[in-house]
Amino acid sequence: MHRFEPSSTQDETLFRPIERTTRKFYLTVAVLVAIILFAVIMYLRQMMLGLTVTGMMQPVTWGFYIVNFVFFIGISHAGTLISAILRITQAEWRRPITRMAEVITAIVLAIGGLHPIIDLGRPDRVANVFLYGRLQSPLLWDVTSISAYFAASTVYLFLPLIPDVALLRERGKKHRWLYEFLSWGWQGTPQQWKVLHRAINIMMIVVVPIAVSVHTVISYIFAMTLQSGWHSTIFGPYFVVGAIFSGIAALFIAMIAFRSAFRLQAYLKLVHFQQLAKLMLAMAVLWGYFTFCEYLTGFYGGEPAEMKTLLYKVSGRYAPLFWTMIVCNFAIPVALLSYKKFRTIPSILISSFAVLIGMWLERLIIVVPSLENPRMPFPTHIYVPTLTEISIFAGGLALFALGFIVFAKFFPIVSVWEIQEGRALGKAETEERIESYLPEEQPSHA
Amino acid sequence: MPRWGMVIDLDRCTACGACVAACKVENNVQIVSPEESERGRRMHWLRLLAEAQGTYPNARIRIAPNLCMMCDNPPCTKVCPVHATYLGADSLVGQIYPRCIGCRYCMAACPYSVKVFNWSHAEPPAGMEAIQNPDVSMRPRGVVEKCTFCHHRLQAAKENARAENRPVREADYQPTCIHCCPPDAMTFGDLDDPLSAVSQLSRSARATQALEHLGTEPKVYFLERRDAQV
Repeated sequence: MHRFEPSSTQDETLFRPIERTTRKFYLTVAVLVAIILFAVIMYLRQMMLGLTVTGMMQPVTWGFYIVNFVFFIGISHAGTLISAILRITQAEWRRPITRMAEVITAIVLAIGGLHPIIDLGRPDRVANVFLYGRLQSPLLWDVTSISAYFAASTVYLFLPLIPDVALLRERGKKHRWLYEFLSWGWQGTPQQWKVLHRAINIMMIVVVPIAVSVHTVISYIFAMTLQSGWHSTIFGPYFVVGAIFSGIAALFIAMIAFRSAFRLQAYLKLVHFQQLAKLMLAMAVLWGYFTFCEYLTGFYGGEPAEMKTLLYKVSGRYAPLFWTMIVCNFAIPVALLSYKKFRTIPSILISSFAVLIGMWLERLIIVVPSLENPRMPFPTHIYVPTLTEISIFAGGLALFALGFIVFAKFFPIVSVWEIQEGRALGKAETEERIESYLPEEQPSHA
Repeated sequence: MPRWGMVIDLDRCTACGACVAACKVENNVQIVSPEESERGRRMHWLRLLAEAQGTYPNARIRIAPNLCMMCDNPPCTKVCPVHATYLGADSLVGQIYPRCIGCRYCMAACPYSVKVFNWSHAEPPAGMEAIQNPDVSMRPRGVVEKCTFCHHRLQAAKENARAENRPVREADYQPTCIHCCPPDAMTFGDLDDPLSAVSQLSRSARATQALEHLGTEPKVYFLERRDAQV
């Protein structure tokens, strides 16, 4: 399979951010670290005082932490799943995008996975999950599938990174020991290329069912209970769709940010954005359809408890948030992305922010209103998050940004060898492939 | 082994609140600060819930005690990740405080909202230390707790019975709410004994279970008021 030799002297733009550190970098890192430190302090305070520092109470026993858990894990879908789908379908335009997508998954998954622990009343007893774990509990399903996804997606991030690490080792400008270690003796022999391609091919297939299972299982946390608004059979696919949807939005924001910060205009062209925007548009429509189905069945059945929660969302106290969600997740992306003329980078950026806000609201609207409407006539209070919960959310977002920036400080954020491979072989390969799709040319009977 | 259950006659219940107070004292349920109480973190293993039923002119208020229904098919024990809440051999739903990790999944899953969480920890107010019940363990901050049908009393009854070399009898054991009820609205006993008062009442035409359509099979029954129109 070995047909080309990546070069460490081409594509200087991609190596520059690793080798040259600007003032802006330190400034950004300092701001992010400050936000994270504040969140850590607030968490330590929570550990000392207990969950009383949050806005949760009875019966709203889950709040921001669980909302953000679902939200972050959702974003993590962008990555590996999108990258895997693009690789499987041999989409040539994937080349500058896959690395970024894979990084999102690894970082956000780790942040999301921390949230249930932050939410625990007794984080000191978290080991009980392994000592006395009950596999019948959906929480254990989560632990299982999230750790499987984390393992798979870090491997899936690392494998295509190896030839790039070897290029950095060749350049030998910085952290030689690190690249020496991480390149795992990569020499670029034909045998190594063969093994690498095969490993990537295996991983891209393995990762898809794991990714789908992760978000399905997260929805099961809610769907397995009897609470109104949660006990729904379409929650699995509904959550998966929402996850991919918010994941693409996060990927767009990362792409646009790095494009301008690292001057990657030559690599991330408008066409890449436009292709991915079509996928986001499809997800927006699909999300709208799922939301319609979900609420229609509840409404038509008209079970009193179900109706109480439903009306609370669409016309009660949560109505402003609910309709903002519909506008952000459906109206804005569909209006902006349906016409080719409007599929420009600024409008993609606007719809991505809208989708992220909308999807976060969706998670909130799933978790809290059901708890605020218990089946018993229980005196209920309105859940309002406290500074602790808000700052831990901000800390999570900052950790995401910091993780990304630190990764980009050590490794190329666009896969160098895959770009070069595309340049060297992509064209001929694609031509060959198209040829193979078409009917054989018949000799004419003239 | 007896299947312990309870019948609450809403025709007799005057909503006086004696059971609420008795339960709180008997089980050392934490008395939270006024601020915490304001924020919806009052702790009760048994409370009175009022519900407006019907519309004018056929409206009325139904007040009923709400406590752990000791479901035979409990939604809370199914979801516990660490086996800290479980359906025990004596068919009561138990709670293991030293094992609970405080994820509050059981609270989210319980359709009766009867589980309570220790959001913070407060020492008993001055004067209350002396009346703490030595038979009931204190719960630390960060764990879930709930009505246990005064399980410590069953424990004592079992020990007495063993000492006397006989099985536990219905008369040996009663949760505190039962015998503190001034109008005698609550009956307790073995639901599996066809002759027991509780099992006969549970088969009365007035008997209902809370949210029985959910299939949780509660062992607490309510005798609806005879003048109930709803």
